[in-house]
Amino acid sequence: MVSKTLNAPNGYKVRISLKTALGEDAYEWNQSEMFFFQATMAFAMRRHFQMETYNVDNIILCVQTSRVSFWFVVTSPDNTTMLIPKADVEKAVRMSRHRINNAFLLSDRTLEFLGIYPTLAAPVNPDTPPWLIVFGVVIGAVCVGIIALLISSLLQKRRKEKGMTEDGQDEEDMQVKGVENGINLDGTYNRGFTDDDRFTKL
Amino acid sequence: MRCLQVSNQDLEERIPSYEELEKLENEEAGDRPKWDNKAQYMLTIVGFCVGLGNVWRFPYLCQSHGGGAFMIPFLILLVLEGVPLLHLEFAIGQRLRKGSVGVWSAIHPYLTGIGIGSMCVSFLVSLYYNTIMAWVMWYFFNSFQETLPWSQCPVNANMTGLVSECERSSPVDYYWYRETLNTTPDIDNTGGLQWWMVLCHVSAWALLFICISRGIETTGKAVYITSTLPYAVLTIFLIRGLTLKGSLNGVKFLFTPDMNELMNPTTWLDAGAQVFYSFSLAFGGLLSFSSYNSVHNNCEQDAVIISIVNGATAVYAATVIYTIIGFRATEKFDDCISGNILTLLNTFDLPEGNVTENNYDQVLHSLNGTYPEVIQGLNLKTCDLNSFLSEGVEGTGLAFIVFTEAITKMPVSPVWSVLFFIMLFCLGLSSMFGNIEGVLVPLQDLGVFPKSWPKEAIAGTTCVLCCLVGLIFVQGSGNYWLSLFDSYGGSIPLLIIAFCEMVGVVYLYGIDRFNDDIEFMIGHKPNLFWQITWRFVSPAIMFVIFVFYFITKVQETPMYKAWNPESENFPTLEEKEYPSWIFAIIFILAGIPGLSVPLTAIYKCLRNRCCKKDNEFKQDDLNTIIYLIHLVILFKRI
Repeated sequence: MVSKTLNAPNGYKVRISLKTALGEDAYEWNQSEMFFFQATMAFAMRRHFQMETYNVDNIILCVQTSRVSFWFVVTSPDNTTMLIPKADVEKAVRMSRHRINNAFLLSDRTLEFLGIYPTLAAPVNPDTPPWLIVFGVVIGAVCVGIIALLISSLLQKRRKEKGMTEDGQDEEDMQVKGVENGINLDGTYNRGFTDDDRFTKL
Repeated sequence: MRCLQVSNQDLEERIPSYEELEKLENEEAGDRPKWDNKAQYMLTIVGFCVGLGNVWRFPYLCQSHGGGAFMIPFLILLVLEGVPLLHLEFAIGQRLRKGSVGVWSAIHPYLTGIGIGSMCVSFLVSLYYNTIMAWVMWYFFNSFQETLPWSQCPVNANMTGLVSECERSSPVDYYWYRETLNTTPDIDNTGGLQWWMVLCHVSAWALLFICISRGIETTGKAVYITSTLPYAVLTIFLIRGLTLKGSLNGVKFLFTPDMNELMNPTTWLDAGAQVFYSFSLAFGGLLSFSSYNSVHNNCEQDAVIISIVNGATAVYAATVIYTIIGFRATEKFDDCISGNILTLLNTFDLPEGNVTENNYDQVLHSLNGTYPEVIQGLNLKTCDLNSFLSEGVEGTGLAFIVFTEAITKMPVSPVWSVLFFIMLFCLGLSSMFGNIEGVLVPLQDLGVFPKSWPKEAIAGTTCVLCCLVGLIFVQGSGNYWLSLFDSYGGSIPLLIIAFCEMVGVVYLYGIDRFNDDIEFMIGHKPNLFWQITWRFVSPAIMFVIFVFYFITKVQETPMYKAWNPESENFPTLEEKEYPSWIFAIIFILAGIPGLSVPLTAIYKCLRNRCCKKDNEFKQDDLNTIIYLIHLVILFKRI
């Protein structure tokens, strides 16, 4: 049958999803568990109001289904015909939500109080966004690389200039070596293979 | 007119003869850079060809054009179009030993335009390609967190709920469009420079500069990592992917053949275009890289090997991508069904476990029979695995939205995220090496920079210039500019240039001379297959693809997809028309590289005509001087 909506202005519907939360380890929902729920709610009310002495009898349960879902209302300990307003119940539940969840090994999602939305976790904002740290490391490595590159090319140039002036006489004897790129020139520059003249300039 | 005569009599003077080449080879004279070993050359070429397109374009084409059936046109066109063009570029570069401008001006001065066109296209592509690298770097930097920032929506200002834009779309969409790009609703709003993107952009160009600063001396070392790492990462993802639930659904979806697609001409067109762009032909980079080889390198073998590697990589990458996509689709499908099941359980207060995936349809049917109005009111979502599998799986959408979402569902997500983005970065960087080579070498050949400048200075100046111009792409509207450049700058001009290349080599340089060259270089003449493809088949295919592409592009009104939170169908992207001033930009992007071929030819022709008289005058002058010197010597003897 379709779930009924009770005309209970001061009551809350509770929905429990044991199998979703615990899977194989799900315990059976029986009368003892219902009693435990009543005790937990009484505890929550006591914690919130601090002066009143709430008891298990003050938590009234009804419309239990196999889903597992049920409605509950809270009566005042002084006058059992008077119901505690919805807003106060909500405050009590919110205050002890974490304890209630843990009592049943459930979470906000699997122990639902329909109408009481869980508060969103405050986002953790670190002082330095983590990406800036990684960026800093990478840029640092890149800068070191660029500086190393420039220094090595300067050193190569200086070595080449020294080499050219010292053994000017040995140039003819030295073999024409293969060249890695245009900078490292050991040996006589063979003008027979220069490309300058061949180009049809624009 | 004299200049219309296509006389190539002076060709021998412009190109090195066989004897000169042998001498170069044996004595190792000359100042042209060389590869340290064959492996460096092969890795560089593989890296250039295997790029982001293999990962995010080919799988989409494969899946949308009939899965396994797409392999047929792809392989056929690979053999008829890709391999011959590749062999041609390798051979001509190795023979003439120059960069793209040098090669074409040596073949015939009027063809210098081809080289200039290649340079322009390489330049335009480099500009936007490195911005994609900047995006990859941004995601990479943000992967070093326990909870990946794109796995959940941020909380809004007063902490009452999630940010509306994110809630209506999805965390990954929001992260991509808002926190990464901060995209504007249309291309007219520039949105200003996004500082975090500028930082990533600058670091991408700085990293590229280090790798290319000394030409192949530095890139040759870098490719050992950038070309091999993607394969390692793909393998890791394959193993990881196959162990995830639902991965085989993805692979099946990818390869299930639909033979009817073969009747569709778009399939063949897309296959041809994909083969062409995948091989990075007509950029000039392949020519340059081949020219650093030894003269007797077997370019025929290289072309075949590279083609096989490229094709195999595309198929391999597609498999890996679709295992992960299959996993994501299955997860989404499961979530969808679970959501529906929960709704049913809650509405009808049924015990948990009563409705499972297996009996869901049955239960729904029976409930619909008894309580039809209630079921209607529930608005249950239709869960279709196939629709999840075919969601937005192309281009940047694949990498930054679909794949990142899949990664958030995997355990130990930051590790997979870091690996994935390193792989994308290496794929892109190795392609950038080729692009930049296609820009730097022609600039050096044209003599734009003074000869006294060292290589590092030339590379540095080019990088700084490209970085500055590339700032267009890190504005709010940068994404729209990038797709504009991609659609018009990197497509039609390449087809024109490749066609001119083929015609230039086969008919202007002379196919007979080309055959002799290859015989000199590798020891045997190219066989009948090459002759037929070079002369007729490949140019014909290029021409057909070009005509169809051109017609389709010209006929459709250029539209772009915009992320507009205020649009009606949000989060679906809104299709908008480009404003009228964009047409000028489109003309610059597509027209200038393409038109540079005929325009340079005309310019050279005109200059030749008016300078001809001057040349004759100089020759007479020289003769007179020689005569006078002879007289002086004669007199001295007397």
